[in-house]
Amino acid sequence: MANVKEPNPEFADQVIKAGGKSLNLCYQCGTCTASCPSGRQTAFRTRKLIRKAQLGLKEDILPSDDLWMCTTCYTCVERCPRMVDITDIIIILRNFAVKEGYMADSHKKTASNMMNTGHTIPLTDDYRNMRKKLGLSEQPPTVLGNPKALEDWKKIMKITGFDKLIGGK
Amino acid sequence: MADKYTFFLGCIAPLRYPGIEKATREVFKSLDVELVDLEGAGCCPAPGVIRSFDQTTWLALAARNLALAEKKGLDILTICNGCFGSLFDAAYILHEHPEKVKGVNKILKEVGLEYTGGKIKVRHFAHVLYKDVGIDKIKSKVMQPLDYKVAVHYGCHFAKPSKIKQLDDPERPTILDELVEAVGAKSVNYRDKGMCCGAGGGLRTRAPDVAMKMTEEKLSNVKKAGAKFIIDVCPFCHLQYDRTQKDIPGYDIPVIHLSQLYGLAFGLPKEYLGLEAHVVPVKL
Repeated sequence: MANVKEPNPEFADQVIKAGGKSLNLCYQCGTCTASCPSGRQTAFRTRKLIRKAQLGLKEDILPSDDLWMCTTCYTCVERCPRMVDITDIIIILRNFAVKEGYMADSHKKTASNMMNTGHTIPLTDDYRNMRKKLGLSEQPPTVLGNPKALEDWKKIMKITGFDKLIGGK
Repeated sequence: MADKYTFFLGCIAPLRYPGIEKATREVFKSLDVELVDLEGAGCCPAPGVIRSFDQTTWLALAARNLALAEKKGLDILTICNGCFGSLFDAAYILHEHPEKVKGVNKILKEVGLEYTGGKIKVRHFAHVLYKDVGIDKIKSKVMQPLDYKVAVHYGCHFAKPSKIKQLDDPERPTILDELVEAVGAKSVNYRDKGMCCGAGGGLRTRAPDVAMKMTEEKLSNVKKAGAKFIIDVCPFCHLQYDRTQKDIPGYDIPVIHLSQLYGLAFGLPKEYLGLEAHVVPVKL
């Protein structure tokens, strides 16, 4: 029985402790899978992911692409007859995946933009000019162009260890 | 009704569709609502990507934004479902878990801030328009009724998760339909109207092909319903619809943020709306 996987209750417990208290309420009806707009296009099956989480199948879950196919649309959460916080559980699992080093390069770029500039995307000259033409300040009155605010912003991520988490960039 | 809010800009509106920011400022001015800048605010941070990476960081940065608003003593006005989702959820989590307030305040202390909680609310501009400003006042400002068939796109984080948001029916909402009909448009019914645009949860960045397939599904339903425009209340959905259409043959449905639609209806100068930032040309 080479295909039988050993449950890992310790990992399931970690998920529950991290906020997934409703995990074991799931009775595998599959309403989530049937409601998932991403599942229409991909092999991602919400019900299966939740089952794997209940069994603590860490090695199956954390490296998988499927884990990242959820758009966090909450449709499954609205329809779940057992009120399982499915989206929250997926986010918890993603946090574990990132902690184990499973993070797409494209996501690392978004994260480092956010950390270094205060925004997930950069301000380019085209948009600077567009802002000016609209009578807006060239830089929005945010962390951008506000050295003290940016320093505080980055300091928070030093404290939480986000800089190291995303590769120290 | 509050006549003053602090304006949370987020990322996509000010940096990719500045017309949304401008239109919001002008529309609320027309409605006698003052918007005060939230200086030094950052990314909300994004509920799909940043929260998926590390919830501790997400909560701390969101709490910083909330603490800045507390210092102003003003409710936050957001123009993006993502910003609304993140800041609303963060405030809710902090309300439900006092021990987490302690945790974030330990971090915020290092940057001279403190989050108290319960002082200010996080609002979505469409909900403020509907609930606080009201349809009657909006109607009174319409200079140019817009007699278009439009498809409204609610996006996911506007009314969901309904357990905590409690704004509207999560699967059969009506707020946005009523808001577009207030300026003379006809909101069409279309299949899977409540479905996601495909961009969220980090999908647009990590799996753009999958995101695009979801967008295409929505666009096809919008087209079948004969809508002239897509009206959104989220710059990220806006960007997804607007920028993805160039890669999908057969589609050129202009995408308009509700603030821009109101700008048109209120007779604001067209150059205030920044429509030249749109990839799909907006032909009125």
